[in-house]
Amino acid sequence: MALERTRHVAERTLLTMDEAGLSDFYRLMLLIRQFEERVAEMYSRGKITGFCHLYAGEEAVAVGAIRALYDKDYVISTYREHGHCLAKGVSPRTVMAELFGKATGVSGGRGGSMHLFDAGLRFMGGYAIVGGGLPLAVGLGLSIVYKEEPEVVCCFFGDGALPQGAFHESLNLASLWKLPVVFICENNFYGMGTMVQHAICREELYKFAESYKMPGVRVDGMDVLEVHGAALEAVARAREGDGPSLIEAVTYRYRGHSMSDPAEYRPRREERIWLERDPIKSLRRRMLNEKRGDENRLLELEKEVAAVIDDAVAFAEQSPEPPLSELTKHVYVD
Amino acid sequence: MKATYLQAINLALHEEMRRDPNVFVMGEDVAVLGGAFKVTEGLLEAFGEDRVIDTPIAESLIVGAAVGAAVLGMRPVVEMQFGDFISCAFDQIVNMAATLCYRHGGHASCPLVIRAPSGAGVHGALFHSQNPEAWFTRVPGLKVVAPATAYDAKGLLKSAIRDGNPVVYFEHKRFYRSVSEDLPEGDFTVPIGVARRRREGGDLSIITYGGTLHQALDAALIAEQQDGLSVEVIDLRTLLPLDREAILAAARATGKVLVVHEDRLTGGIGGEVAALIAEHAFDYLDAPVRRVAALDTHNAFSPPLEEHILPGTDKIVQAIRSLAAC
Ligand SMILES: Cc1ncc(C[n+]2csc(CCOP(=O)(O)OP(=O)(O)O)c2C)c(N)n1
Ligand SMILES: [Mg+2]
Repeated sequence: MALERTRHVAERTLLTMDEAGLSDFYRLMLLIRQFEERVAEMYSRGKITGFCHLYAGEEAVAVGAIRALYDKDYVISTYREHGHCLAKGVSPRTVMAELFGKATGVSGGRGGSMHLFDAGLRFMGGYAIVGGGLPLAVGLGLSIVYKEEPEVVCCFFGDGALPQGAFHESLNLASLWKLPVVFICENNFYGMGTMVQHAICREELYKFAESYKMPGVRVDGMDVLEVHGAALEAVARAREGDGPSLIEAVTYRYRGHSMSDPAEYRPRREERIWLERDPIKSLRRRMLNEKRGDENRLLELEKEVAAVIDDAVAFAEQSPEPPLSELTKHVYVD
Repeated sequence: MKATYLQAINLALHEEMRRDPNVFVMGEDVAVLGGAFKVTEGLLEAFGEDRVIDTPIAESLIVGAAVGAAVLGMRPVVEMQFGDFISCAFDQIVNMAATLCYRHGGHASCPLVIRAPSGAGVHGALFHSQNPEAWFTRVPGLKVVAPATAYDAKGLLKSAIRDGNPVVYFEHKRFYRSVSEDLPEGDFTVPIGVARRRREGGDLSIITYGGTLHQALDAALIAEQQDGLSVEVIDLRTLLPLDREAILAAARATGKVLVVHEDRLTGGIGGEVAALIAEHAFDYLDAPVRRVAALDTHNAFSPPLEEHILPGTDKIVQAIRSLAAC
């Protein structure tokens, strides 16, 4: 039912978008994909260490949703946040440098992969505590309402966050106070090795919205247009003061939970089925089939993106380590 | 039989579950996946899904539910996937579990073990590197242990499971595969509340535990070889209750004490150890008690920053030299 409705939304979204808009979606998804592939390579070469969670496969969710926002709107996310951070406009250079732990990284090398943060661009952080971002999203919404500002908060979290009290506490209060928050659950069926049906008492996660008296919708998270259409509605509603929404984007992470997880708990057949539904390839196909894009122009874009990623890696490699004189700097404000 | 620190914990779980049908294991990904670090691997196959239970991600609930089960005579062993997430369950531990026996005038108890992989040095950054033991060592009703060897990992876990009180069991994630030793066959326990001398020495005493034990031993060896110093090393093993006698005996014997821990300096166990010595062994001291600990900052991701934030063998050697020169 829900899927039928949002398919229609996707068609409508496609009709309202021009070629430049579609190319922009394509470029941004490709940027995230190639960024993540390079991160994997750098990780296996020991240039990036620690715990690192890739977003490959889920690009349509970040891009579709964040492109429904204005620059001044806020995004808050999880430890699987490279994609959201890039989509919010943070430069691939400073994100890559942060993953390398370098002084030029978004957090000066202090946070690494799981704690990206760029308040200037209103990317309000990745949170390596599952469910940790949701109460903060409520606080961002509260501040917006208090100051009578027009902004909206887009809060991303995984299916694994739903069992945390923080999810329920946050949706309840955001609804009660009609806060301008769009909650986006990236349902990729697994929280680490645990399948959704072993962790959550109902499989249709968007239906939790009913209990908290807000609209809830499930979208195909492999279709950037469908995500975008649903996000436009939810963002408009939030901006008009009508309160929060819950979007469940059904998606799939192509890799294991983190760089050290071979994902042996997942059937390979299942992985293949999702790879065939790749959000980037399918947008490309659609643009060409429906004569909404030019093959040569797309090839050019692809080259451009590859150059941006090369540049980001070179920048990160050449950047200095953070100075040892700053071991305890930034624990408090100066 | 040679066993790693990780295998020692796994063995203790197997043996205790076999011994007592009330023991069960619960936590995030502990069953099918065998734990994020594979500490609980094989338990599901051996004991089935009634006793090896995967939970959703909900630390407060995991501990709270374990408290409820413990009151009715079960012996839950729950896992916090990383010690850092124990803060999500703080209320259930310090308000519910720790006070239960007292609140019921001794008529009820809460025999519960919370396993928490803690510690830095794996580039885990701010939320996957913490040493949260000192948040708990000031809570009456809890016991807190921090083994640093495979033998103690096994023996202390068994004691913790058999103890009638809630025990927070910090296992250092850096030791899982890097620390190992020959373990005696069969059942043995290590008593809670008893420290152990790891190295004899007459010039000064290092008092340490957990993440810094092996660095302290390395440092003591370097000081002996390069400076001719004879350094005693005491491994606390249990942080609540502290083994006061062992601490005071060391202070009285050598008159110079260096406390070392991977946890941060301010508010760490070192402060309590130093206070105990100042109160009860002041007259024996030849120099003030010194501490080497992590800097009072968050654990940075940057590998060079992290390395310099943490104590480490070099810093311990330097502290030994400067204390010996007093
Ligand atoms: C409070 C807390 N508990 C446990 C973890 C360990 N952990 C990190 S990610 C994860 C799974 C999260 O799954 P989900 O929310 O579905 O996000 P996904 O990884 O699928 O994007 C777990 C258990 C954590 N980071 N924080
Ligand atoms: Mg998930």
